[in-house]
Amino acid sequence: MKKQITVTVNGEQHTVEVETRTLLVHTIREQLRLTGTHIGCDTSSCGACTVLLDGKSIKSCTVLSIQADGKEISTVEGLAKDGLHPLQEGFKENHGLHCGFCTPGMLMRAVELLEKNPNPTEEEIRWGISGNLCRCTGYNNIVKAIQYAGAKMRGEETPSTEPEFV
Amino acid sequence: MIPAPFDYAAPATLAEAFSLLEQHGDEAKILAGGHSLIPMMKLRFASPEFLVDINNIPGLSHIKEENGYLKIGALTRETELDESEVIRSKYPIFTDASKLIADPQVRNMGTVGGNIAHGDAANDHPAVMLALRAEVDISSSEGTRSVPIDEFFYGFYMTAVQPHEILTEIRIPIPNGKTGNAYHKLERKVGDYATAGVAVQITIDDAGVCTYIGIGLTNVNPVPLRAVRSEEVLLGQKVTDELIKEAAKYASEDCNPSEDLRGDEAYKRSMVNVLVKRIIHKALERAHA
Repeated sequence: MKKQITVTVNGEQHTVEVETRTLLVHTIREQLRLTGTHIGCDTSSCGACTVLLDGKSIKSCTVLSIQADGKEISTVEGLAKDGLHPLQEGFKENHGLHCGFCTPGMLMRAVELLEKNPNPTEEEIRWGISGNLCRCTGYNNIVKAIQYAGAKMRGEETPSTEPEFV
Repeated sequence: MIPAPFDYAAPATLAEAFSLLEQHGDEAKILAGGHSLIPMMKLRFASPEFLVDINNIPGLSHIKEENGYLKIGALTRETELDESEVIRSKYPIFTDASKLIADPQVRNMGTVGGNIAHGDAANDHPAVMLALRAEVDISSSEGTRSVPIDEFFYGFYMTAVQPHEILTEIRIPIPNGKTGNAYHKLERKVGDYATAGVAVQITIDDAGVCTYIGIGLTNVNPVPLRAVRSEEVLLGQKVTDELIKEAAKYASEDCNPSEDLRGDEAYKRSMVNVLVKRIIHKALERAHA
């Protein structure tokens, strides 16, 4: 059963034909060729496939492509505008990634987190990224990266970037 | 993992949705947030032939106090519940629960109505709704009927909602007097189902006598369980530590947990015992506050 859908991805409109059962992550990766969005657990646990759907972070392995018809999707490819996004800079400066597999999902989740709560506490950040699993860094540097980005986006001085190696 | 093939429609009105449901009978499933249904379809535990996506139907998403009830539209997302001012200030039990339901991304999709209509005793809202004595509106082309939450859960994945019907609204009587409510579930990690979960709402008068008590249990029974004997111990009595202990003991005896990776039966009964005590105390604290 095929249907045509129109989605705006990172500001660009696309019309693609999908099977009703096609998951959004597959349309993003295989039809739109945006492979920055990763497939990790494929069971809505790990958050590697997180993208924004009409501004809300969702796990694209558990959303059907047809559900995105007429909606806006933001993926990690659309983050950097004039240079790196503050979150990308934060992750870079704070060693917020190691293997990088979880990073696109972490970034997209953190975009919504900081939008709703521009100055989150450490605990709020940890709850905020509780749907994203990282198997390398132990999260401390990811939390710092988000704090760094928050400060930068608020126009404050960014905290010193002394990464913790754990 | 990809679901088996199915046909799909996203009607713009309830009337169209009813017509599709009547046409496809029990081969159709309703798609709301999809975070119970789609995982089941990916694992091929469910292979509906037709999905009726209700997300484009207006009027199913709201949180408002009206005519003595807190009314929650079935399509209200968990995140919307979490961010609602009226919920945060007056119904902290939902804030307790929503923080422990899955994770932020899933809560952006998952709906309150779906959490109940899925009929899973492991979900969290059923116990909360039992404690709050909710009423559930179920609509079809024949009209809308109201079902008390006590008569809503029939069995494993089975509820009062028939194949041609849609759960449209949940109504909770606005509590009077000194009332407090609270929820907690013991979980091994974020996104896990409860090892055991307990929802409590209690009202006390100026003499400390309990005039209302609702206790609901999560994931320790084949269907969401209201701890009736525990409630009877407290209702009409001055609430004391001794009575709370007795209520907790009854709840641990009256539930029927099954052994799984989260623990054996004795452990789960023991956790129910502990949690009922803690959550009654927490609800009482809030009632006094």
